[in-house]
Amino acid sequence: MSTTLDSKIPDGPVGDKWDNFKANEKLVNPANKRKFKIIVVGTGLAGASAAATLAELGYQVDAFTFHDSPRRAHSIAAQGGINAAKNYRGDGDSVHRLFYDTIKGGDFRSREANVHRLAQVSVNIIDQMVAQGVPFAREYGGMLDNRSFGGAQVSRTFYARGQTGQQLLLGAYQQLARQIGIGGVRLFNRTEFVDVVVVDGRCAGIVVRDLMTGEISSHSAHAVVLATGGYGNAFFLSTNAMACNVTAAWRAHKRGAFFANPCYTQIHPTCIPQSDDFQSKLTLMSESLRNDGRVWVPKVAGDSRAPHLIPEDERDYYLERLYPSFGNLAPRDISSRAAKRAVDAGQGVGPKQNGVYLDFAEAISRLGKATVAERYGNLFDMYERITGENPYDVPMRIYPASHYTMGGLWVDYELMTTIPGLYAAGEANFSDHGANRLGASALMQGLADGYFVLPYTISNYLAGWLNKSVPDTSHPEFSKVEHEARDRYHRFASVGGTRSPDWFHRELGKIIWDYCGMERTEAGLEKALGEIPALYEEFKKDLRVTGGTDGLNQTLEKAGRVEDFFELGMLMCRDALDRKESCGGHFRAEYQTEEGEALRDDENFAHVAAWESTGDPMAPQRHVEELVYEEVHFQTRSYK
Amino acid sequence: MSNTLKNLTLKVWRQSGPQANGAFETHVIDEITDEASFLEMIDILNERLIDEGREAVVFDHDCREGICGTCSLMINGQAHGPERGTATCQLHMRKFSSGDTIVIEPWRASAFPIIRDLMVDRSAFDRIVEAGGYITAATGGAPDANLIPVPKPVADAAMDAAQCIGCGACVAACPNGAANLFTAAKITHLNLLPQGQAERFKRTEDMVETMDAHFGSCTNHGECEAACPKEISIDVIALMNADYRKAKTKNRKQLALK
Repeated sequence: MSTTLDSKIPDGPVGDKWDNFKANEKLVNPANKRKFKIIVVGTGLAGASAAATLAELGYQVDAFTFHDSPRRAHSIAAQGGINAAKNYRGDGDSVHRLFYDTIKGGDFRSREANVHRLAQVSVNIIDQMVAQGVPFAREYGGMLDNRSFGGAQVSRTFYARGQTGQQLLLGAYQQLARQIGIGGVRLFNRTEFVDVVVVDGRCAGIVVRDLMTGEISSHSAHAVVLATGGYGNAFFLSTNAMACNVTAAWRAHKRGAFFANPCYTQIHPTCIPQSDDFQSKLTLMSESLRNDGRVWVPKVAGDSRAPHLIPEDERDYYLERLYPSFGNLAPRDISSRAAKRAVDAGQGVGPKQNGVYLDFAEAISRLGKATVAERYGNLFDMYERITGENPYDVPMRIYPASHYTMGGLWVDYELMTTIPGLYAAGEANFSDHGANRLGASALMQGLADGYFVLPYTISNYLAGWLNKSVPDTSHPEFSKVEHEARDRYHRFASVGGTRSPDWFHRELGKIIWDYCGMERTEAGLEKALGEIPALYEEFKKDLRVTGGTDGLNQTLEKAGRVEDFFELGMLMCRDALDRKESCGGHFRAEYQTEEGEALRDDENFAHVAAWESTGDPMAPQRHVEELVYEEVHFQTRSYK
Repeated sequence: MSNTLKNLTLKVWRQSGPQANGAFETHVIDEITDEASFLEMIDILNERLIDEGREAVVFDHDCREGICGTCSLMINGQAHGPERGTATCQLHMRKFSSGDTIVIEPWRASAFPIIRDLMVDRSAFDRIVEAGGYITAATGGAPDANLIPVPKPVADAAMDAAQCIGCGACVAACPNGAANLFTAAKITHLNLLPQGQAERFKRTEDMVETMDAHFGSCTNHGECEAACPKEISIDVIALMNADYRKAKTKNRKQLALK
């Protein structure tokens, strides 16, 4: 273990750090900005907002997405809302309170200075998005409406029906589209990031693959931003979109960027349970349903009676029983684990006994069907489309699923990775959510990074490169990386085995879910660290990719992504094994209180684990960034 | 409770490239649970094709929650299949019966050239948005959000239009291959809001004319509304047309003032 990481946190009290940074950073004058080329990979909230803003400032920007259009990025699927410390309700909210709630929600495992900055710029995000025409929910007087969300005692969540992510992404996309239209941004769509090129210790550019033609090509730049999302699809089944993957972050990791806290994954408690063995993804049901739905399972294991035949006194409303003060609104990590325990104890419901009930019968009798329909109608319809069951008559069945990853590329205060000139923004970095993310904070962080952080911090780096030459794509390192990429794709296409990439992904996901999912143990993680490399060996020998490497080949694309998940899976388990404590989404069964709650070890683990690649995915090097708390004090999270 | 569908015949469009001739390929699915989604059925077919050493059917899909707009597919001649207000990715096999023959085609419209099999190129939609489907508000310096009150009915109507997922079903369903519902949804979203007024008429003119350069013309069939997975009303087309007419006089006046 060594402490070599410089997080570059500015001086001063935590509330002044961002202002101090801005007062002292180096700037690039407007005429010089056009001399700099910046590559942005990914066009979700963080990528689209960064690309558009950097282009507005005058930088040359090239944006890359593997989608057909920037508007497809998975930020679009966020339902609930976006937090901001506007205090429009006058209910006691403030920047400090949002900062504090986020640190506490993250179980005291995030960097204070970053989180405070996030809370500060949250108010600018709402102003910016409204100016751009995002149709947030309004009250009759025309003012913005708010709702409350888990982990907060104030109403600070702004929303656009159940489609907040969609409306924010379309806002950022439209701003990006404007820049594309006027030539400020060059867009490369259906183009997948393949690798980072590092020359003389700095990021010199990237290598990409045109998904339509299969052509591998190089792009040089003064700085590169990875805004490529999280790695929740490591579990195969998750609420992420089918194409979400870790490739960009992982390839950067292999080229020298440290990967932080990979074991911090968020399992969302309210998803529709798996219904068959070839299911491709899981669908989230908004957390807001827990405002009126009551969670229960039969008291007796194996009780297969229909729910309406199970009398009240034979039901276990376990969240209300265990957490009387928060009840059905207990935070995500706690609710998820409670559901898992019920199902593991044989009390699961549904044809596969893999869910718990979320019952609206009481709400319907109290409020009437019409009110329930008004609040949740679209979610009930979606549930019925997927399951064929009508939740007005039969309780919903829910079960936790992989949803978000707090871990990601290690970045300093300026969002730069350990490779100079390479930045990571949004879910792709690790910086703001600690060991658990609060609801409605992912949209906030993506837009904060892209709109209000990167555009400031990137000039601090670029100013030092003014009128200095940087290598272009004729540098031999680019052709070397291109060759490696071509070899890799040829390798996949020529294995000639018997199993598809999806088959391997599914098997890998099962291992990671079983041993590095909601509850982890030393023995389980050791087992996974035996099984994953074995399956990876099989992947190398028995993979079958039909079709060639030239031209469009979705099976080939998948093979590359699955290979990266294999190596990431090993790191997730390694990180979970070495973090001998429970915190937030990381629950080690060995470290729990008598009541079964997470037991943190602040003395030994109040730090970020940042992993350096050694070339051997089974033997990475662990580095540590100590987390220093100047403003908040450690507390035990309690929701009893 | 789940049931099993037996003996489904799929007629799937295969086409190796934009210029190649395409043809239907027939596959039989012996058995599938009705819990499966339509796209999971294609996943299963693709696994089988790879097993047989053949190339998988190429199709666009991503979120599988009905929101990203990546999925497409004409299913038995209907854009996104038989269920109203539902994108292909949210369509489930319980809407079909044992013994059915299901014809699966790509979007068919001259502005959406076929890339391969069931995948088409919808980038003409992006060109329309790039032409004016935004409010110019560079980052930084936006006034406090509550300084611009938006009456609730206006915000709700803007949101109804803004729900568009950009899938292209409206174009595929239109006998003329027109993109009026898509374009009008974006114009209506922005033109209704107070923030959108400064660029209202310029936006309308630029977007409509870019649309006309790529797509066919609207003759009020209304197929687009019926196919739209977000059930966006063709009222938005009337609002767009009204603003386009006004734009033609207003913009001329503004030019004359120069």
